[in-house]
Amino acid sequence: MIASAKSGHLGPSLSCVEVLVSLYFDRMNHRPKDPTWPDRDRLVLCKGHAAPALYATLARAGYFGHDMLLSLRKTGSALQGHPTLETSGVDASTGSLGQGLSIANGMALAARLDGRDYRVFALLGDGECDEGQIWEAAMTAGHLGLSNVTAIIDRNGVQSDDATERVKKKEPLDAKWRSFGWQVLEIDGHNFVQLHHSFDVAEWTTDRPTVIIARTVKGKGLSFLEGDANSHNASFTEEDLDWAMEELRYS
Amino acid sequence: MPSLRKELGAILLELGKEYRDLVVITGDLGKSTGVSAFEAYPERYFNLGISEQDMLGTAAGLASAGKIPVVSTYATFLVGRAWEQIRNSIARDALNVKMVATHSGISPSADGSSHQCFEDIALIRAIPKTTLVIPADLSEMRAAVRAAVETPGPFYIRLGRGEIPTLFEDGFKIGKARQITDGSDVGIVASGCLVQEAIEAETLLRREGISASLVDMHTVKPADVHAITEIAQETGAIVTVEDHNILGGLGGAVAEIVSTNTPVPIQMIGIRDRFGESGDIRELMEVNGLTARHIADAAKRAIRSRKKF
Repeated sequence: MIASAKSGHLGPSLSCVEVLVSLYFDRMNHRPKDPTWPDRDRLVLCKGHAAPALYATLARAGYFGHDMLLSLRKTGSALQGHPTLETSGVDASTGSLGQGLSIANGMALAARLDGRDYRVFALLGDGECDEGQIWEAAMTAGHLGLSNVTAIIDRNGVQSDDATERVKKKEPLDAKWRSFGWQVLEIDGHNFVQLHHSFDVAEWTTDRPTVIIARTVKGKGLSFLEGDANSHNASFTEEDLDWAMEELRYS
Repeated sequence: MPSLRKELGAILLELGKEYRDLVVITGDLGKSTGVSAFEAYPERYFNLGISEQDMLGTAAGLASAGKIPVVSTYATFLVGRAWEQIRNSIARDALNVKMVATHSGISPSADGSSHQCFEDIALIRAIPKTTLVIPADLSEMRAAVRAAVETPGPFYIRLGRGEIPTLFEDGFKIGKARQITDGSDVGIVASGCLVQEAIEAETLLRREGISASLVDMHTVKPADVHAITEIAQETGAIVTVEDHNILGGLGGAVAEIVSTNTPVPIQMIGIRDRFGESGDIRELMEVNGLTARHIADAAKRAIRSRKKF
């Protein structure tokens, strides 16, 4: 997809693939043939630049055909560079970092008002936690005890320019969220068993929101990108693509 | 004169009874804006604290799940602090969020430049899919809040503070400028709290034998292109009147229409690209040239410059 589009965020897409697969194929209650079903669980991709990973997951789940994936970022395509509601299965338009958690809170409040039991998931980047609005929203969800909100932080340790701790220190990230009234779980974000279990714990918790700090590797699965800040905005040559496809096939 | 905050609270309560999906959100300014009256529906009233960006984002989420959120705080914080949330989280998807901005223009007079907001018309107008209404009196405020709740999509209502005059009985229709007087010498296009001054200016001009076609352009977006074009054709000279920077506001909107359809000279009454300052409201109106006398003088200048054309 990204090779065909000649641009896109490869590294931060690959670090959250397991989180998305776990959500759409194991956890979320959703209907690909009825994408606006009012009782569906929702995902807000706060780190909207991971759109390619979301689109691939949605296609596999049956929201649209795989053939559409190659239209990513092309003129007239429903697959925009960052998610918009034009795409079947997308629950919130994002792309500007920091805005998604507030949107997720609003959806969760609506569920509470309507007596519906759907859950709202918000997938955040770790670099995104630099944004002030994240902490406004974290405070709101903690204050209102929005236990139907589960945030997942893709803790790949790298943001656009450099390592997250070099750009602006995030640690202790767990203590920050805990002090805002959240239950904090830390897991290996590439491990499906740990993902499954942490989503269970979030669901069993009824008095406060849960944040799952998912430790991941940027560019996961591609040895020449893993953990590299330069993979944030990486695009591909034909040669890279052959190599990458070969590696992913055997991993 | 009626109290703006009491009346705003009252209309929201009335609408809250009719619309079960209506929710009200504020950022620790429920009392100052008057929307705290909605606490009568405690499960549908949210004070999210002093966090405007979160407030607008939460409204986006509520709207996407079928609610009708009314968000209210001061104009400078609502639009200034959360402009990008309005653009990216709300307007791109035309989400059904109603923004009620109080304390716009010079109305928070004593508070000074940090609170006086002269930029919100320009900022909202530049975002696609938005509707922008500036009520001139109580009847228009009541009608505008109702229209906002009943019209799908992002809707911005620009209000002042303190008292709101009673000028009209009814007759408010979104997108349709209100013709107050007919005239042939000059057109006066006014909005918001300065409509009252424009009405006085029209009287002053009439005494001098100048007939003015005066309209209240309460809806800045979508603008009433037909009415503005007609006034330009019939009078050949226009004055715009607004409590906002003349760059990008009502004056700019009217100039865009007139210069394209019927080029005529335009004089703009408004804030002349400067920040506010503390003071008494009448004195600040004098300082900024926003009174009836200033409007009447501008009308005469417009007429003179038409003759030079």
